[in-house]
Amino acid sequence: MLNSTFQPWTPQLVRDEIDALKHKPGALLPILHAIQDRCGHVPHEAVPIIAESLQLTRAEVHGVISFYHHFRTAPPGRHVLQICRAEACQARGSRALEMHAREVLGIDYHQTTADREITLEPVYCLGNCACGPSLRIGDSIHGRVSPEKFDRLVDEMTTQVLEVS
Amino acid sequence: MSVTIFVPRETTALALGADEVAARIQGEAAARGVEVELVRNGSRGLFWLEPLVEVETAAGRIAYGPVEPGDVAGLFDAGLLEGSNMPPLCQGPTESIPYLQAQQRLTFSRIGVTDPLSIDDYYAHDGFRGLRRALGREPQAIVDEVKASGLRGRGGAAFPTGIKWQTVLGAPAEQKYIVCNADEGDSGTFADRLVMECDPYLLIEGMTIAGLAVGATQGYVYLRSEYPLAHEIFNEAIARAEAAGYLGADILGSGRRFDLEVRLGAGAYICGEETSLLESLEGKRGMVRFKPPLPALEGLFGQPTVVNNVLSLAAVPFILSRGATAYADYGMGRSRGTLALQLAGNVKRGGLVELAFGTSLRELMEDFGGGTASERPLRAVQVGGPLCAYLPESQWDLPLDYEAFAEVGAGVGHGGVVMFDDTVDMAEQARFAMEFCSVESCGKCTPCRIGAVRGVEVIDRIRAGDNREANLVLLGDLCETMVDGSLCAMGGMTPFPVQSVMKHFPDDLQR
Repeated sequence: MLNSTFQPWTPQLVRDEIDALKHKPGALLPILHAIQDRCGHVPHEAVPIIAESLQLTRAEVHGVISFYHHFRTAPPGRHVLQICRAEACQARGSRALEMHAREVLGIDYHQTTADREITLEPVYCLGNCACGPSLRIGDSIHGRVSPEKFDRLVDEMTTQVLEVS
Repeated sequence: MSVTIFVPRETTALALGADEVAARIQGEAAARGVEVELVRNGSRGLFWLEPLVEVETAAGRIAYGPVEPGDVAGLFDAGLLEGSNMPPLCQGPTESIPYLQAQQRLTFSRIGVTDPLSIDDYYAHDGFRGLRRALGREPQAIVDEVKASGLRGRGGAAFPTGIKWQTVLGAPAEQKYIVCNADEGDSGTFADRLVMECDPYLLIEGMTIAGLAVGATQGYVYLRSEYPLAHEIFNEAIARAEAAGYLGADILGSGRRFDLEVRLGAGAYICGEETSLLESLEGKRGMVRFKPPLPALEGLFGQPTVVNNVLSLAAVPFILSRGATAYADYGMGRSRGTLALQLAGNVKRGGLVELAFGTSLRELMEDFGGGTASERPLRAVQVGGPLCAYLPESQWDLPLDYEAFAEVGAGVGHGGVVMFDDTVDMAEQARFAMEFCSVESCGKCTPCRIGAVRGVEVIDRIRAGDNREANLVLLGDLCETMVDGSLCAMGGMTPFPVQSVMKHFPDDLQR
């Protein structure tokens, strides 16, 4: 999940997720997913708690977090936007889309806009290979993304609906 | 009387606006006071027509596509509910669309037809027949049936599935596992995703049969995190199958047990390699294991494990229900049955094409694909994913067959076909192959970990015209080192696309 509503992390939250899943064989990945789904990232402070609960070393836990592209140790922006960089999308113009995205957002991959709205990440295949270029915002996949469509999507993400009382 | 309308709920259809089309249809029907039953089916895999709306009529299902939200009111005006023929969106009876009619759909016979989560629908379309047959047979008889079908692993390595099962069946152990590799990371492939989103009970049935065949009571599906909809739909399907007695402690009252769980990967291409996948399932970094021991003998948690791709397992229900011969009758040489081809990239009519082995690549790209989407000349085709060769026009007449492709140093892989028009810069593609490996290498062996980084640097020097001839020689040496010295297919095959560019598109490296 790449949701936009994340909770602040607490040791209790981390312990709750661990307790709910530690009975599973090979529970570390499900636990990391659960923490990141709720907090938007896996905070450094969670590492010793996880290590102790699963009887692993901190290095082992850190090694797993850092191995996988999906896990992050710092909070993302309000929206995570992933652009597909793989071959099928390249064949349909994803390189131009990447350049456009970096220019419009003013950031590179793995960075967050100054207003903390959007985190830009690369992704290697969303399985929408006949209708690229593709991107993912939250859990939604978008196809045939032209630069104009990209701008529209970014507008929709960053426009706040004002409550008029 | 209520009219049944189908609007797919599948990643590509949704990526092109299917949810909004569905909402408009409901809104339009309500405004007009007509009763409509909206079914969210899977996709037929005819992606250039998505969102493909179908209407149930006395004459069968009539297809309209690609339908944009703004088309809906007009479609109602023109008689959508009666299945009227209105150009250009009306495609006629769905089953008569040539792209679909010309296919040989065995594994994908149900996709797009049914509501993916309806067990009744699945059952009504021959679902669980293979499982029922399997429940009445001895494990060895099930394995023999799969062996006789000639089914080979559809994930890329093409190892005979029945032999793998035989090894696990023969391995004595308290606990055995069925692991489904659903880490479909190859660009240009989406058939696994289609199975899980559009016909999930098929995979559940295939895995349960595998469990019965080898004596495994626990199955895991290792699914990539890049497929959120597949995750949602498949988890729901497991819950419903359990509730209906198709999974769990007592499958259909037989006293046999099989439990199934989905585990989510975390964005690592290497975890499509079976031993890395097992490490990841065990909660570790996805580092490749040395083989032997084979996973069939010492796999997940050290126990005998069947690791099969989604498509291999999805082929099993047909084999059990219709018999090995019915399956083996399709195909050529040692490539038996059908292949799920995925037409992708710069293609006019992209989508899923299931055909018996033996069709030529050109027929597929022209007859089905209709050429490039850009309508520019086709220049290069990458078949089998990012670790496979780019094929020039001289190789497009190859029949799609494991052996024929292997003979020219190419691979069928997972059946992905990615088309590029003449604007492609093949030097850029060669560089990307190395870059991808440098991002995704697990790091265990040096040729892959360091070789990929050096590969990017050498190609950059070649493209900059810096000592070009010497660097081309160096690139050739580097590729050989990676092929011969890497521990697994990641480093061992990354050079294939690069070498194919050096061989077939040398001019692009001289610009």
